[in-house]
Amino acid sequence: MRKLALNDEILLKIEKPARYIGGEVNSVMKDPEKVDIRFAMCFPDVYEIGMSHLGIQILYDMFNRREDVWCERVYSPWVDLDKIMREQQIPLFALESQDPVKDFDFLGITLQYEMCYTNILQVLDLSGIPLHADQRDENDPIVIGGGPCAYNPEPLAEFFDLFYIGEGETVYDQLLDAYQANRQAGGSRKDFLEAACQIEGIYVPSFYETRYNEDGTIAEFCPVNSKAPARIKKQVVVDVTDTVYPEKPLVPYIKVTQDRVVLEVQRGCIRGCRFCQAGMLYRPTRERDVAQLKEYARQMLKSTGHEEISLSSLSTSDYSELKSLVTFLIEEFKGKGINISLPSLRIDAFSLDVMSRIQDVRKSSLTFAPEAGSQRMRNVINKGLTEEDILNGAGQAFEGGWNKVKLYFMLGLPTETEEDMEAIAVLADKVARRYYEIPKEQRIGKCQITASSSFFIPKPFTPFQWAEMLTNEEYIARAAIVKHAFLNQLNKKSLRYNWHDAEVTVLEGVFARGDRHTGKVIEEAYRLGCIYDSWTECFDNEKWMKAFENTGVDIGFYNLRRREEDEIFPWDFIDIGVTKEFLRKEWELAMNAEVTPNCRTQCSGCGAAVWKGGVCVESKN
Amino acid sequence: MKARIKFRKYGVLKFLGHLDVMRFFQKAMRRADIPVAFTSGYSPHMIMSFAQPLGLGITSEAEYLDIELAEPISSADALYRLNQTMADGIDVVSFRQINEDKKSSGMTLVAAAEYLVVPREAEATALREYNSSQPLFSAAFSDGIKAFLAQPEIIVLKKTKRSEKEADIKPMIYDFHLEPYGICLRLAAGSEANLKPDLVMETFLGFIKEEGKKLHYHRRELYAKNLEEGEPEYLSLEALGWEIPSLHYS
Ligand code: SF4
Repeated sequence: MRKLALNDEILLKIEKPARYIGGEVNSVMKDPEKVDIRFAMCFPDVYEIGMSHLGIQILYDMFNRREDVWCERVYSPWVDLDKIMREQQIPLFALESQDPVKDFDFLGITLQYEMCYTNILQVLDLSGIPLHADQRDENDPIVIGGGPCAYNPEPLAEFFDLFYIGEGETVYDQLLDAYQANRQAGGSRKDFLEAACQIEGIYVPSFYETRYNEDGTIAEFCPVNSKAPARIKKQVVVDVTDTVYPEKPLVPYIKVTQDRVVLEVQRGCIRGCRFCQAGMLYRPTRERDVAQLKEYARQMLKSTGHEEISLSSLSTSDYSELKSLVTFLIEEFKGKGINISLPSLRIDAFSLDVMSRIQDVRKSSLTFAPEAGSQRMRNVINKGLTEEDILNGAGQAFEGGWNKVKLYFMLGLPTETEEDMEAIAVLADKVARRYYEIPKEQRIGKCQITASSSFFIPKPFTPFQWAEMLTNEEYIARAAIVKHAFLNQLNKKSLRYNWHDAEVTVLEGVFARGDRHTGKVIEEAYRLGCIYDSWTECFDNEKWMKAFENTGVDIGFYNLRRREEDEIFPWDFIDIGVTKEFLRKEWELAMNAEVTPNCRTQCSGCGAAVWKGGVCVESKN
Repeated sequence: MKARIKFRKYGVLKFLGHLDVMRFFQKAMRRADIPVAFTSGYSPHMIMSFAQPLGLGITSEAEYLDIELAEPISSADALYRLNQTMADGIDVVSFRQINEDKKSSGMTLVAAAEYLVVPREAEATALREYNSSQPLFSAAFSDGIKAFLAQPEIIVLKKTKRSEKEADIKPMIYDFHLEPYGICLRLAAGSEANLKPDLVMETFLGFIKEEGKKLHYHRRELYAKNLEEGEPEYLSLEALGWEIPSLHYS
């Protein structure tokens, strides 16, 4: 019988003790005596969120295929346990072996969103690992960061020994081999980092230095260790069909956010929306082979027993074998009580037909993401969806029996005017009008149109990386304008509008494009007691504002400034294939509200063709 | 065709709540390819019901769930397939056919539950043979039990979500005695009258002035009333089912 790190008294006192016991179906147990490398893979949020992440499942499976490695999982203890662990000085442990994280060789932390940054410090702190990389010694694990936020690692530079930039499937083996070789040669921590920094895609922040101009912008960023390369090249799996896929994903005991089999049908996106970071980072678009996906679906449903399967990718409608795949899933599994969920499908005749077969039309709602209310604004952001598309799609759906529609928008986009803001309400009303065009006897009561807006945050490696943001007050004022416009609509009783929090937006903005100075703020906020900032019940903006004040870091410098064309960005040393020239050209087109065709219609020469894969080769055939 | 599954829940899985155990079995049925019948409609559910939820922290060797089978499967086959896909802390003990009628469901039948109570630190040994020379409870306990049960009534404060009220639990204690391996408690269970073992033990510890002693509870069996005349008065839920033979030999 496995022994747990926490005693019964604690486990019976805290919420959902099953978060901490491990032992889930398909979790991997190994004999610690028989492996050379212990790897702790951490998602710095609560178990239910972390367990829902496909990327971790892929890496967990990949690492554990190696006989010499045992990869285990670590999540942030929830606030109730966090408190007890601090009081009783219980070190943070990995779920499988229940051994302290501090005794591992590696602690890998996935960086999925900025608002989990204080949780990274929580994990290090509870593990008893010094927060700063330069304070760690030979007994501490090597702390690695990866995931989308690693594309601007600078705010976290001091806390990590190294960052892995790009898709995890390519050079981890090389990295682990280098670790083994270094250990056998009796090398030190520094020796390993020097070997690691020579592997493509690995960034060791302590080997680089930033010099700043008087105005706070970057004058120069360069290596200070002769072994470290000047630029770091993102890692890309050129042929996604050939990579490993977890055929036996972990099956959590407790209900988690994604309690289902997830099939990743493709990576990347052909669309080129100008606000979308993922769309640029994961270029070029690469599709998985449909025959193999069908096989995975069968295997994974069998090995997990899940009652739901979901397709995952950006803009899933662009997957060229979608019809074949979806038809297969319905015919094969629908009769066996398996739910099929298809998020991010474009609303058209095909998707409506599919949805009417897999869900209860009366209960489900349709989702459109026009992102902006006016056509001019949609041209600025290069969102190809037109008003006609939306009204046609909604019209067909209404005739098919649907009466609930959700619309997603962004506020605070570059060049946005009051007219653009009001257009959100106008568009929502047009959708409602379309519903009431249906003869009364064919309608099912009123329609329900729900519009939500989040505030736009400029991200690194997007055409909007030069853009300025707004203040908290200005965001709220813009939401009020939209709200007001909703009250003036004909069908206002069928419309609903809600908006996301602005305070968090401001912080995300700072850390998304932050430099090394912003790391101090994260540390100070943590010291003041901030953790779980993405949870409304935990988020404390006052403490964050205090942290900025105490460290003398100016939010305005990061958020309220339109960056100069030739400004050196903290993330410029990373080479994602897509060039800064292309992004700048896109920025200028945006300013003129001109659109750029998608990769399949016409290649725009973004630079991602250097990988010689995916859509870049397919479109040139 | 209806079947009853008996399973054990122990070790770290004593921290798994009742709803999660249900989820676990829904997925396990699919992994093991047990032909469970579904309800109809847009989101079909497996036809499955559990006899009596087990409190968090309690281990058990007699948990029950009833299922409706869409096609027959032999007991041996089902048992083998399910145990191929269980987890460390849950395993299936038996898989038996039961009567079709509603009255025979485990949920309606449960009338009593039997527990073994041991000091918390002795939990690990409670499931196995206890062969220490030191008894788990002192002799004073034995006398204490006698005196406790000799009371004309045993009044406790029963807390429900809305109110607190006094109740006499004595009629709900069917058995309470010291065994070499711990204290055996047989208590009323089910929808008519239900008594939790920790309420009995806390009241008892208060009675013998041993408050605060940490105990571990282990469920040994769930019983239905024997509807036939004579002995025994109770039958285990398992005893009400019968083995499903293999249809063919291969
Ligand atoms: S090089 Fe062309 S086809 Fe390839 S990702 Fe860039 S724009 Fe698309």
